[in-house]
Amino acid sequence: MPRQKEELILENHNRDGVDRRGFLKCMAWAGTGALCVVKGGILRSYSLSDPSALAAGASNGELAFVQISDSHMGFNKPANPDVVATLQAAVDKINAAPVEPAFLLHTGDISHLSKPAEFDTVDQVLRSAKAKQVFFVPGEHDVLEDNGQQYLDRYGKSAKGSGWYSFDQKGVHFIALVNVLNLKAGGLGSLGPEQLDWLQDDVKGLAASTPIVVFAHIPLWTVYPEWGWGTDDSAQALAYLRRFGSVTVLNGHIHQTMRKVEGNITFHTAMSTAFPQPQPGTAPSPGPMKVPADQLRSLLGVTSVDYVPGRHTLAVVDSSLD
Amino acid sequence: MKKVILGAVAASLLVLSFGISRDSHAKPAASEPANSSDKYQIKIDNFSFAPATLTVPAGATVTWVNQDDIPHTVISTDGKEIKSPVLDTDEHFAHAFARPGIYAYYCSVHPKMTGKIVVQERTPSRPR
Ligand SMILES: [Cu+2]
Repeated sequence: MPRQKEELILENHNRDGVDRRGFLKCMAWAGTGALCVVKGGILRSYSLSDPSALAAGASNGELAFVQISDSHMGFNKPANPDVVATLQAAVDKINAAPVEPAFLLHTGDISHLSKPAEFDTVDQVLRSAKAKQVFFVPGEHDVLEDNGQQYLDRYGKSAKGSGWYSFDQKGVHFIALVNVLNLKAGGLGSLGPEQLDWLQDDVKGLAASTPIVVFAHIPLWTVYPEWGWGTDDSAQALAYLRRFGSVTVLNGHIHQTMRKVEGNITFHTAMSTAFPQPQPGTAPSPGPMKVPADQLRSLLGVTSVDYVPGRHTLAVVDSSLD
Repeated sequence: MKKVILGAVAASLLVLSFGISRDSHAKPAASEPANSSDKYQIKIDNFSFAPATLTVPAGATVTWVNQDDIPHTVISTDGKEIKSPVLDTDEHFAHAFARPGIYAYYCSVHPKMTGKIVVQERTPSRPR
């Protein structure tokens, strides 16, 4: 795979191939908020294969949860002919971690074609997770044909609008946003005025010291507009969040980990559990990236998040499936 | 492989719907020879419409074929003329353009994908 050497070190997914210095540098980041590496203004994170390292952070944590993303149930092309098995592997990995997450977040593209059977299969696999609660946001693949009605019926009964909502866990305020509907020709992801008004109102009464976690499918920062990897009106949403001391934004959609820090806001994207996508601009399109079968699981994974009261930044750690 | 099997279905549907402003959408069928529908065919490949601008005479039927591993749609930017269902890999969609005009469209799943059909008046008599 065409990866640059610098990133190979920091993103080495092989258990036996980890460069010690790169590894330790990144672990320092995970615990303290120090940075990994800046490349083109984008902070790239790494994948972690060692679950014991996860435990070190989580055992001190007040709140631990796991983000999974882009399960694309129903996809069956060569990039991954068995997305059920890789989703199950993700759940198994989460179940095997020494610290049980309080809940899971699924950041969308649950299904590949919005088919009922695809959602059913994901629900069935997720029932094998020890964590019983799963919070969802839709991806564009979950709202095909019906403008998201089926998604709402399944996952958004208590949500507002096209599926946005918020909740609180152990002092952390979680905000689920929907940016995959009513997309305009030539544009990027979209939140829309109704949702933005709701967001402004939702955070109005919160103290600036409240840690905020925002999750949505398409990145809420402009990763690569040429491929539609951004959200047209995310700046307005972030304007409502800038007064908070700690904001963690978790996204999916781009099937690879990326990170960026902007003031008090940390942006992070998760790997898919189904198939990888190329790094921005390195392929003719963002379509599924075919890799040798024995490398696939090193490019799929989950993201663990720890919140420790008193610490400024939440620890966000990516783990690949192998 | 997937490029070969599309024309046949398009052909049969075109015969049925020629002159009628009607859409058709079908899964790929067994291989049959390619046909005249290729004349006004737009390939959806690598998250783009090719050609992005196509000029056709009024009454022509245009067929879109999805050759990506990812589903796409073909939807009029103004929400009026064209509205395809979601096209999975190898699926196609045909639409007949009865009236002259410029029809801008996009993929509602990946709105960066845009295209345009220019439908020209039919010349009453052919020049020479
Ligand atoms: Cu598309």
